[in-house]
Amino acid sequence: MNKMKLVRIFGMNTQLLSKINTNIALQYESRLMISKLSHTIRLQFIILALFISGFTFANVTAAETGAPQQEAGHAEKKSFDAGEMIIDHITDAHEWHILTYNHFHLSIPLPVILIDNGKLVTFCSSHFHHGTEAYNGYKLMTEGENKGKIVKVLEDGETIDTSAKIPLDFSITKNVVSLFISIILLCVVFISIGNRYKKNPDTAPKGLQSLLEPIILFVRDDIAIPGLGKNKYERFMPFLLTVFFFIFFNNLLGLIPIFPGGANLTGNIAVTMVLALFTFVITTFIGNKDYWKHIFNAPGVPWWLKFPIPLMPVVEFVGVITKPFVLMVRLFANMTAGHIILLGFMSLIFIFGSMNVAIGYGVSVFSIAFGVFMTLLELLVAFIQAYVFALLSAIYFGMATEEHGHAEEHSVEH
Amino acid sequence: MQLVTPGIGLLFWMLVSFSLVLFVLGKYAWKPIMKGIHQREDTIEKALEAANEAKKEMLKLKAGNEQLLRDAKDERDALMRDARKLKEAILDDARQKANEEAERIIENARENIQFEKMAAINELKNQIASISIEIAEKLIGKELENKEQQQQLTEKLLNEVKIN
Repeated sequence: MNKMKLVRIFGMNTQLLSKINTNIALQYESRLMISKLSHTIRLQFIILALFISGFTFANVTAAETGAPQQEAGHAEKKSFDAGEMIIDHITDAHEWHILTYNHFHLSIPLPVILIDNGKLVTFCSSHFHHGTEAYNGYKLMTEGENKGKIVKVLEDGETIDTSAKIPLDFSITKNVVSLFISIILLCVVFISIGNRYKKNPDTAPKGLQSLLEPIILFVRDDIAIPGLGKNKYERFMPFLLTVFFFIFFNNLLGLIPIFPGGANLTGNIAVTMVLALFTFVITTFIGNKDYWKHIFNAPGVPWWLKFPIPLMPVVEFVGVITKPFVLMVRLFANMTAGHIILLGFMSLIFIFGSMNVAIGYGVSVFSIAFGVFMTLLELLVAFIQAYVFALLSAIYFGMATEEHGHAEEHSVEH
Repeated sequence: MQLVTPGIGLLFWMLVSFSLVLFVLGKYAWKPIMKGIHQREDTIEKALEAANEAKKEMLKLKAGNEQLLRDAKDERDALMRDARKLKEAILDDARQKANEEAERIIENARENIQFEKMAAINELKNQIASISIEIAEKLIGKELENKEQQQQLTEKLLNEVKIN
């Protein structure tokens, strides 16, 4: 039932399978036949498909965004550059930019924290003047390979010190602020709800509680229990709920165009990496004997696939690594792609507007219509991505703690 | 490249923040929430069970009441039947006794009458005897002159006596 659900949800993604690198496809196909489509393997295949589709998606977006950037060099500096605008919007920044009117920039300056050769350096990002000036021997790059990074400059305050290492940047950036806002929001919302449950048990849910309780129950009944089973799910509920609501809230916050939303937090690879890392670490630590046995010495597989060349163990081990990698890339790619598309529609107005103001206004009607449509779609995606991340985490935990002997007995019984 | 390269700063802050939020929410939010939901579900389940039980109990009670009513009716009917029988029996008995008494009284009366009659007859006989003797005395005194007549008389008297 679970698998069916997965397949349904990712039907579109799996269609992208045709883009799979043939080597990997063959490797996994042979593996598929060998393992006689056992439960876990099939699941892993779906996961792999998702990973690859996500990966190709990421490539496509990279190509899309890369192209306009190159063109930007040829174009006149003043003119509107959609690629740069989009990249600026979806990447991190040292200030929270709200709007620019002619030469007036309205933005919230954020603290810069650097560790330079073991020395802690802190100052306000407003000293950079939006990247136009160097401060204290540091400069915020606005173009080139190190775009968005803070690099060291020589004494003259202009030339970039290419010999010096780039300092470690622990700044409270736009995404970090957004992260803080979201965790404060999460804590306030859920602790207040938690207190209501403590104070008034056995009463009907009210207000915020009645809005969120169905989602909490959804996480329990449609994510944790199907993935982990009725006996084991309770141990993982805190993590699954936290991950689900963290992603869900941040996805929604990312859809709000102005402060305090608008940061592409769940579309940032560092954030999704940490989330996936948590899933990976938990899976690794809770893995029981059966789990590791399935990886290094899978039962029911011919011996010549394990010895002398340990083909199956290697494939299985790669699977262990790719699972969290998939989680990381999928969330990142989906959220970033949503932002790119939305920003792309908005860019059309200005691209056409730079040709002719009237056309710009004409296009704006369609752009806004599509923008609204995409935003609605993104609302759905915000939920689906949170669901998928939590569900796959639950399935991985379920696989790591599965008692195979029992499972087989059960399948015989039914 | 910037897009797909995780920055160390955000990695660090995310790791710290997410660990913190996982801990805080795990302790102060999810625990009471899951406990509350679980408790409420238990309560609802128990309440439903209790309601079902009560329904069953009520049905049982209703059935019991009906049984009781039926029993009472049966008993009443039985009692009525018995009473009627008893009444009949008593009436029969009384009637019989009355009849017997009446018969006895009649018998007594008859016996008395017989007795009185016999007494009266005896008295009559005695009186007749004395009267006869008187008559005989008179006859003897007056009519002993006619022997034939005497004979006739004696015979006549005797006959008379025989009749009695």
